[in-house]
Amino acid sequence: MKHSLILGAVAAIGLAAGAASANTLEDVKAKGHLQCGVATGVPGFAFTDADGEWQGFDVAVCRAVAAAIFGDPKAVKFTPTTGKTRFTALASGEVDMLARNTTWTFSRDTDLGFDFVGVNYYDGQGFMVRKDLGVTSAKELDGATVCIQTGTTTELNLADFFRTNGMSYEPVPIETNAEARQKYLAGACDVYTTDASGLAATRSTFEDPKAHVILPEIISKEPLGPLVRHGDNEWGDLVRWTLNALIIAEEKGITAANVEEMAKGTNDPEVNRLLGAEGEYGKMIGLGKDWAVNAIKAGGNYGEIFARYIGEETPVGLARGLNAQWTQGGLLYAPPFR
Amino acid sequence: MSNAKSVAFVATKMIPPSPPPSGSVGPIHWAREHLFPTPLNALLTLVSIAFVLWLTPEIIRWAFIDAVWKAGSLAECREIARAAGVEGSFACWAVINERFNQFMFGFYPSELYWRPILAFALLLVALAPVLFAHLPRKMLIFSAVYPFLAYWLIWGDSLWAPLSAMAGFAVAYAAFRALSGGVVQLGLAAAAAAAGLAAVLWWLFAASSAAEAMQAVLPLSIEHVESAKLGGFLLALILGVSGIAMSLPLGILLALGRKSDLPVLKGICVAFIEFIRGVPLITLLFVASTLLNYFLPPGTSFDLILRVVIMVTLFAAAYMAEVIRGGLAALPQGQYEAAAALGLDYWKSMRLVILPQALKISIPGIVNTFIGLFKDTTLVSVIGLLDPVGIIAPMRADSNWNGIVWEFYGFVALFFFIFCFGMSRYSMYLEGKLKTDHR
Repeated sequence: MKHSLILGAVAAIGLAAGAASANTLEDVKAKGHLQCGVATGVPGFAFTDADGEWQGFDVAVCRAVAAAIFGDPKAVKFTPTTGKTRFTALASGEVDMLARNTTWTFSRDTDLGFDFVGVNYYDGQGFMVRKDLGVTSAKELDGATVCIQTGTTTELNLADFFRTNGMSYEPVPIETNAEARQKYLAGACDVYTTDASGLAATRSTFEDPKAHVILPEIISKEPLGPLVRHGDNEWGDLVRWTLNALIIAEEKGITAANVEEMAKGTNDPEVNRLLGAEGEYGKMIGLGKDWAVNAIKAGGNYGEIFARYIGEETPVGLARGLNAQWTQGGLLYAPPFR
Repeated sequence: MSNAKSVAFVATKMIPPSPPPSGSVGPIHWAREHLFPTPLNALLTLVSIAFVLWLTPEIIRWAFIDAVWKAGSLAECREIARAAGVEGSFACWAVINERFNQFMFGFYPSELYWRPILAFALLLVALAPVLFAHLPRKMLIFSAVYPFLAYWLIWGDSLWAPLSAMAGFAVAYAAFRALSGGVVQLGLAAAAAAAGLAAVLWWLFAASSAAEAMQAVLPLSIEHVESAKLGGFLLALILGVSGIAMSLPLGILLALGRKSDLPVLKGICVAFIEFIRGVPLITLLFVASTLLNYFLPPGTSFDLILRVVIMVTLFAAAYMAEVIRGGLAALPQGQYEAAAALGLDYWKSMRLVILPQALKISIPGIVNTFIGLFKDTTLVSVIGLLDPVGIIAPMRADSNWNGIVWEFYGFVALFFFIFCFGMSRYSMYLEGKLKTDHR
């Protein structure tokens, strides 16, 4: 009797678990908010402002998805995740999606059981040196001392780069970006290497940023993007097309300011389809007609978000580079909306 | 042959003590004795004084004289400092100024700040009778109620939830009275076990529905604040205080269990203590934050902070048990025998004779464990909880303040120093007060 009770309870929990994880969108709607995993702090990408609100380039993706579902960019709760907890938080269902400077790699996509829905930032490993060293290319760094974060892929990339170019270097192992900053400024190393966006953000905090240069060589591919769990393709589609909607919006010149106006109908049929003036495209991902309007209204199109948090006008000061639209010589290329 | 009278001289009164020779009193003597007893020590003293003299003005200049207290960003701080003619580094306390509330409360809604503040003030009231024996003992009733009150104040929601949790203890007490003499006559141990079972049954099956029923009859609730909004020092205090408060009784029970004659009980206690001590705290935190999620059905709202509190408590309790076991082992066997000779049963002899002495011996070790536990709460930043150390990362990532390091960590260090130093001083006070030996 007692055993059958326990078994019954376990079975019921199992069923509840199965039912709960099968349809993320239903769960999110039932909860009334999106649960989004973000980094605990990456300059420009995820940080808290003076009011304690999460802001940043990655955070904006979460807000766009929340706006697409609920029409409210504030219907999202953030779970700060570290490099160590991010994947378990997503896999266990603690968060619905992850938008957290995560490099899209083969094993993460397959073995860990996640789906990367796209790339919101194309990063790559770069080098920063003091300008007075007179170095203009990473190929001239033979014999340099290099500050390098231990246990990361950047460490391996660095070793590969120097070996293939037949150069030697002396590593100065460091743990965190803050430590690297101190060491580099104190002259403990000639070169600091990490992702180029991180270099730019770090340089922006120096008292005299102009005395330091980021060398042109980028020695690795680091496509960073939002990801969801395997097994719920509808949910993956929703997040993927929210990101794509932001990219298409930039391509088509739809901004937070003019989206309402354009949603009434334009001469461009693709814009009309995207903004719901034509067809029933929202229904295909289980959302309302104005889902893309809401997503774009939340923080603007991709270009606006980029400019607000990490663009050249901000202290982080990143150029569009690879992250320009394909029409501008970049890699941003959203599939057609039809 | 001779008596007192025939002796040439006998002092008839005491010679008054002379003052010590001038070379062995006063500050000069003290300095010679303590600062310059040997050439090597003299050298070390001089070097130390020079070091302090060199460092102190530099720190005071950095932290106070050249510091900037009000600015909107690090760049603005630098402008202000340069305009004031400051060369070199200086503290930009403006960031602490701007983010003070985040450091204190995390993301707690600002219009509700009065709730954690009130909880903290009441914490002092609840602690006072525990810490100082001369206060009226009636105040302990408030201390017993406080955990439930604090939970309600911080998390909010229905008042009936903590009340019905509290009712579990009433249920246990009623069952104990009924079984140990009122209705049926059971042995004390059996009655206590049955009472514990009754309380657990109440919590598992009746508590939540009772709370809901009462809420329906008489709604008494304040706005709910979810755990994700807790952070900063509020979180550190929640983890530290609840860990400390629960690990001591649990540690005492484990220590007694480990010294017990009952093989099963002893085995369980030894296995628990050795297992917990054999695992780093950070592993337990990862289990709490990630592994448990796989075992629990999705959507189960088993709060992360609650999970972490449980893990931290278990961890500290294992160490506490060993500290107290040390105290028990230090007592002479005669104390146990004397208690038995007085006809005291096990619990009475423990409560009246053994534990008061054993705990007194263990005070330094116990407080040591408390301080360690309180500082270990910063480890939760690794699992993404934004305690004072964890909350620095998102603040520093704000491009306004990116580049500030020392100010953040210095501020957090000051906070922890105040609390840990306070605990340490209290333990010295307690040791002095309880000192009964005549050394």
